[in-house]
Amino acid sequence: MVGKKSTLNWVFDIFNYLFLTLLAIVCLYPMLHVAFGSISNPTLLTKHTGILLHPLGFTSRGYEIVFRNPNIWSGYGNTLFYVIVGTVARTIITMLGAYVMMQKDFMLRKILMFLFVFTMYFSGGMIPDYLLVTKLHLLNTRWALIIPTLISTWNMIILKTAFSQVPVSLSESARLDGAGDLTVLFQIILPAAKASVAVIIMYYAVGEWNSWFSAAIYLPGRRDLYPLQLFLREILISNSTSGNAAEAAGGAGSSPDAIEALIEDVVRYCTICVATIPILCIYPFVQKYFVKGVMMGSVKE
Amino acid sequence: MTIPSIRHASHEQSFAVRLKKNYQRHKALYWIALPIIAYYLIFKYLPMFGIIIAFQDYRPGKGFLHSDFVGFKNFVEFLTNPTASRTIFNTLRLNFYSLLVEFPAPIILALLLNEIRCAPFKKAVQTFSYMPHFISLVVVCGLLKDFSSSIGVFNDIAVLFGFERQSMLGNVDLYLPLYIGSSLWQGVGWGSILYLATLSSTDPNLYEAAVIDGAGRWKQMVHITLPTIIPIMVLQLIMRIGSMMSTGAEKTILLYSPLIYEKADIISSFVYRRGLQEMDFSFGAAVGLFNSVINLILLVTANWFARKISGESMW
Repeated sequence: MVGKKSTLNWVFDIFNYLFLTLLAIVCLYPMLHVAFGSISNPTLLTKHTGILLHPLGFTSRGYEIVFRNPNIWSGYGNTLFYVIVGTVARTIITMLGAYVMMQKDFMLRKILMFLFVFTMYFSGGMIPDYLLVTKLHLLNTRWALIIPTLISTWNMIILKTAFSQVPVSLSESARLDGAGDLTVLFQIILPAAKASVAVIIMYYAVGEWNSWFSAAIYLPGRRDLYPLQLFLREILISNSTSGNAAEAAGGAGSSPDAIEALIEDVVRYCTICVATIPILCIYPFVQKYFVKGVMMGSVKE
Repeated sequence: MTIPSIRHASHEQSFAVRLKKNYQRHKALYWIALPIIAYYLIFKYLPMFGIIIAFQDYRPGKGFLHSDFVGFKNFVEFLTNPTASRTIFNTLRLNFYSLLVEFPAPIILALLLNEIRCAPFKKAVQTFSYMPHFISLVVVCGLLKDFSSSIGVFNDIAVLFGFERQSMLGNVDLYLPLYIGSSLWQGVGWGSILYLATLSSTDPNLYEAAVIDGAGRWKQMVHITLPTIIPIMVLQLIMRIGSMMSTGAEKTILLYSPLIYEKADIISSFVYRRGLQEMDFSFGAAVGLFNSVINLILLVTANWFARKISGESMW
């Protein structure tokens, strides 16, 4: 009986290790495929079938084309603006909101909480939002991507829960020393809850880096304000690298068109790498916040 | 914010007095709250009044106040036009299958990871499986498009099993598996964190006691491991159901094409196309309102159900 059970355990363990190894490979492979493809020889890449286990030949032409594309640069600049300004503004105002909502002496606390939470479950919807942005003359401005999404109610609530866990005695003793609300928030509560604030910053920053939809809606006529993801969509989804290829043909002079058509795949892979590598670079640094991040979101109020 | 009423005049006054006192004692708090209240009023509540255009034949030139009222005309049109009303069914189908696959998957992954004793291996699997969560939706859809094209990796593999090459995203029957599969790829690892963290905080004494009672691994899982994550499962399920109607628009818009609208078009992508691309504001707003109301009903029902069955609920 004992023998049978341990054999069963053993078989389960083997399958478990195998399955999870396979899962890890499946999660990783698409990015490896892109990385290998981005430096592969376009002709070999087109002929190749099946999975890519290593780069096929070598070329840096794809990256040269991507870096010569002015859209990539302006998209990068705009995305940096949206990420930095957006994250700073959102984090500060979310902290202020969380601070106010945790004050038990604040008489409007309950009614405001209800009004804020209600917006998580019911909203005007896409069209009224769009009309509002138009009426406020935010359409086709950078602020259309920042101001309408200044506070995420969800983030405010989880930050409020985190702030409430800071011992009250800390802020009370600061108050006795004459500290005002802002001093208490930024010099007592913020340092004590900095891991939670870091999680919120991570959520806002990664969300903004990856977002494209509000830009697609609110910046219809301003390509110069497009974030990187919107150019990515043009290149990856609408398949319009032709601009790139034409540019490359112009730059390289006598290259035959056939090769330029082939390089489109490589250029697409290069573009993905260029747009994704910054996120993957910060990945190891934010990894330690993951557990805290999801656990904060699971706290019931 | 306060709504004065004659019947409660005395009460209102005392409220006002109390509010005034409260304000004088905590002036700074009120000033800090002001921009936040303003934000919610302008960007969350004002659009709710904008819903009025769903009942109008809204013309931007005439504005909200002077456009003609048409009652439920836009709603009737939505429900009676087959290319419009099919989006209701498509939304439900997409969400049903997504829920069926994407809800249990992270739980199973967490249970499997929980059985791994080799810490470095566990860490490696976690690191790789969380990563796709950080890749942007545009890139994920771009990858999916590349892999599923007729010369892509998926077809290379399908050919080995005797299938013919095809543009997979153009195939109505393959759209749903591709959509859900890519969501699973992106979300399963991240989704497992919550369950894994809960599992790792389970009291080890429980397992020791179970071993002494002769419980094998399977019995330990059923009687100890699963019960510890059930409350979280219920909350996750309610939240998933409550966000059903509002998610999926972005991914659908990135992936679909007129070729597969028949099955791929969901309510929110339809709102985007009709409302914003074709600028039919009133119709779009009506469909959007329909969507929001269904969403609210689903959430309240799911919450009620969960409380009845398990005692767990969001409010």
